[in-house]
Amino acid sequence: MNAISATTFIASKKLTLSDPDWVRYALIALTLGIIGLFLVLPLLTVLIEAFAKGWTAYSASLTHPDALAAMRLTLLVAVVTVPLTTVFGVSAAWAIARFDFRGKSLLITLIDLPFSVSPVIAGLVYVLIFGAQGWLGLWFSGHDIKIIFAVPGIILATLFVTFPFVARELIPLMQEIGHEEEEAALSLGASGWQTFFKVTMPNVKWGLLNGVLLCNARAMGEFGAVSVVSGHIRGLTNTLPLHVEVSYNEYDFVGSFAGASVLAALAVVTLVVKTVLEWKRNQDKRLKVKG
Amino acid sequence: MAQSNIMPGFRPAISFTLVYLALIVLIPLSAMLLKTFELSLDEYWAILTNPRVQASFRISFGAALIAAFVAGVFGFIIAWSLVRYTFPGKRLFDALIDLPFALPTAVAGIVLAAIYEPRGWIGKIVMDTLDVQIAYKPLGIVFALIFIGLPFVVRTIEPVLQEFDTAMEEAAASLGATRLQAFVKVILPNILPATITGVALAFARGVGEYGSVIFIAGNMPYISEIVPLLIITKLEQYDYAGATAIGLTMLILSFLLLLLINGLQWWVRRRSGQL
Amino acid sequence: MSISVNHISKHFGAFTALDNISLEIPEGELVALLGPSGCGKTTLLRIIAGLEQADQGDIFLKGDKVTDKPVKNRQIGFVFQHYALFRHMTVFDNVAFGLKVKPRRDRLSDADIAKKVHALLELVQLDWLHDRYPDQLSGGQRQRIALARALAVEPSVLLLDEPFGALDASVRKDLRQWLRNLHHDLNVTSIFVTHDQEEAMEVASQVVVLNHGRIEQQGAPGDIYDHPANAFVSRFIGQTNVFDLDEHDADWLQTAGLLTAQQKGKIAHVRPHDIVIEKSTADSDAFVTLKDWQHLGSLIRIELVKSGAAGQAASVYAEMPNDQFRRLHLNRGDKVELRIRHAHWFH
Repeated sequence: MNAISATTFIASKKLTLSDPDWVRYALIALTLGIIGLFLVLPLLTVLIEAFAKGWTAYSASLTHPDALAAMRLTLLVAVVTVPLTTVFGVSAAWAIARFDFRGKSLLITLIDLPFSVSPVIAGLVYVLIFGAQGWLGLWFSGHDIKIIFAVPGIILATLFVTFPFVARELIPLMQEIGHEEEEAALSLGASGWQTFFKVTMPNVKWGLLNGVLLCNARAMGEFGAVSVVSGHIRGLTNTLPLHVEVSYNEYDFVGSFAGASVLAALAVVTLVVKTVLEWKRNQDKRLKVKG
Repeated sequence: MAQSNIMPGFRPAISFTLVYLALIVLIPLSAMLLKTFELSLDEYWAILTNPRVQASFRISFGAALIAAFVAGVFGFIIAWSLVRYTFPGKRLFDALIDLPFALPTAVAGIVLAAIYEPRGWIGKIVMDTLDVQIAYKPLGIVFALIFIGLPFVVRTIEPVLQEFDTAMEEAAASLGATRLQAFVKVILPNILPATITGVALAFARGVGEYGSVIFIAGNMPYISEIVPLLIITKLEQYDYAGATAIGLTMLILSFLLLLLINGLQWWVRRRSGQL
Repeated sequence: MSISVNHISKHFGAFTALDNISLEIPEGELVALLGPSGCGKTTLLRIIAGLEQADQGDIFLKGDKVTDKPVKNRQIGFVFQHYALFRHMTVFDNVAFGLKVKPRRDRLSDADIAKKVHALLELVQLDWLHDRYPDQLSGGQRQRIALARALAVEPSVLLLDEPFGALDASVRKDLRQWLRNLHHDLNVTSIFVTHDQEEAMEVASQVVVLNHGRIEQQGAPGDIYDHPANAFVSRFIGQTNVFDLDEHDADWLQTAGLLTAQQKGKIAHVRPHDIVIEKSTADSDAFVTLKDWQHLGSLIRIELVKSGAAGQAASVYAEMPNDQFRRLHLNRGDKVELRIRHAHWFH
């Protein structure tokens, strides 16, 4: 095959594929303009606003008991929801990518459903069930268990919005990889769990981590759904994004942007890790092709 | 139910998947449906035909539609530049595209408000030169939704553009087509389905978006009040029935639109023999 | 001359793809650019087409210097290796594309375009597929549609990049013959690129052998086979046994009838069919053993080993017709005598 000719190894400027210079420069300028205006500027603004009144005001805002409580709650929510969503994602992917059954495409659609539901509705449905007027609300309040305007409600709403994150990443990946390697492992006498941990996991690890990463970002950053069920009780049911909102609405801009700067840092870390994971994944792929 | 398959673990995996799906998604969503059934048809109709409710639907869907189209154009330009050209910092910019996915919406909201408010960096320039106010107006909603929608478009077009067989462009040129003809007749039709998908995703997300919008919208009833905000307002007034009726309607409308868009895509793909 | 290539060079970074290539192709020929992967043959074809720019040198098509002309003004037909059919267009629209993108004043009427497209589709015997999409066609059908599309603009030269490379072996055989016949009917000067020497020999009227960005030899298939210009061409075209006199082969070759008087160099290339085998008589001091044989259809390929020698280098391959081999009644392990009828000598 001539596909391995030198031209494919060495990038050559193909004549017909190059746009006129003025088109190229105009499009690159537009690209940089849009990215600058919509993406870079917002990131810078967070920092500038957070430090508008200097370092002391910034650190004071972040060490305020309410801010610390909000951070603790945000961490708690992530610690509970991310593992649950991950376990669900793995089991859904195993069932869907490794077996054929009736209603499979319906199941895939249903898993994607939370993506197309407004976060506010995600909060609303739990209020309807567990709220003061809700069906189960009376029973729970009778037993002195608070769900709405309390931490359990926040966790439930977060579970809803993060629902598809891991499954969505894993299903196409596992379908693409196919099940020959797993069948080989089973035929060599491996148990189901051995096959899963020694064959499946190493193949999908970067994709899985990427799903977990995005799930975590959403869990820590969710605002709409959590806002409906939280009740905005300071120090108790305010997550960090809600703390940002409350401070903003009280014209405590430094406090608000200080909180926002922590979340923005989280977003940047997420992007960096995501880029590394993609790089790792491509590297693995390339190694496999070569080998 | 499962095919004859030596792979183990179907039963536990599917059982857990279905139970979890029911508990977290299906039962709660059907609660909304049941709640709406508590209303008579007349009551339901009265809620929906309320002028303030109708205005909010117009604003949410209108702003999301405009924003999705703008994001479609912007996203196409960005994806094209990132795939076809080289320029300094390209990889960094490429990674930044996902920022709206990773940045909590509340943060996006307060930041966009700070930039586009009449005294903000961009807001002031636009105010002084064009005498147009962005923040606290419907235009502010559109700006926030462009921010939210951008990565959906870029990330759907990018892989398709990367895998596009450039020999098709060379074939067009060898048959006498100008660069513009090759773009319009060969490249565009092949990238269009992905662009439509990206715009549809941006639109669907935009309709339900809450956090990034409310800080910049101004939230004036009839003018810049979006549906999700109205739902929350109703909830705060303990008007559960009203909130549910509006929420369910929004859900149904979004689904119909997604169905329509999926149908459109299916039609485009079928027309090009890809089915 | 229909196509003239004058001192063309092309580098990709430090890699020299084409090194001062000059080539004349007369009107009406069907030329194969033949060479191993990475020899620069596809690059040369793309430079002739105008899809790639040469660093140095000029291209003339029908006497016109086209070096700086963009591909769309060169009046060439190009058939891509993977066909590059427009996926979103029907077969009809694919073939009509070149006619429809012409400026209005040069464009045929819609009715004339339709007539012409259907005539071309009939030429490639696929008119019945005119409303299908490329994804619904087989590889061989796509290939023929790609050819019809390239012919629609009435090109002065037709350029084909590995035209059979992506096809199954059986389809490939049929299409080779078909392309040869089509070229015979249309008589448009054509160049195709291939790495398959059999394909080049079977289809082309002229073969250009390329290696490392240089032309090793140009000529009719028979000439190249019978009179290879150098060791590379001799090895690349057809099968050959290589004997190096500097190594231990000298005595052995003399006994085999390769007389030193014939010797014109240090290295002898011997085609398998130039080796004659006879069953050794009981008293002869035969020194070659028949190791194994394979059926290649009408021919038998015989693997011989020097007695006492081991390893791959010790093997000699001979070929003879099936029936002749059967008459010899040979078995594995038999001692045989061997005679070399003809050799090509290189330094």
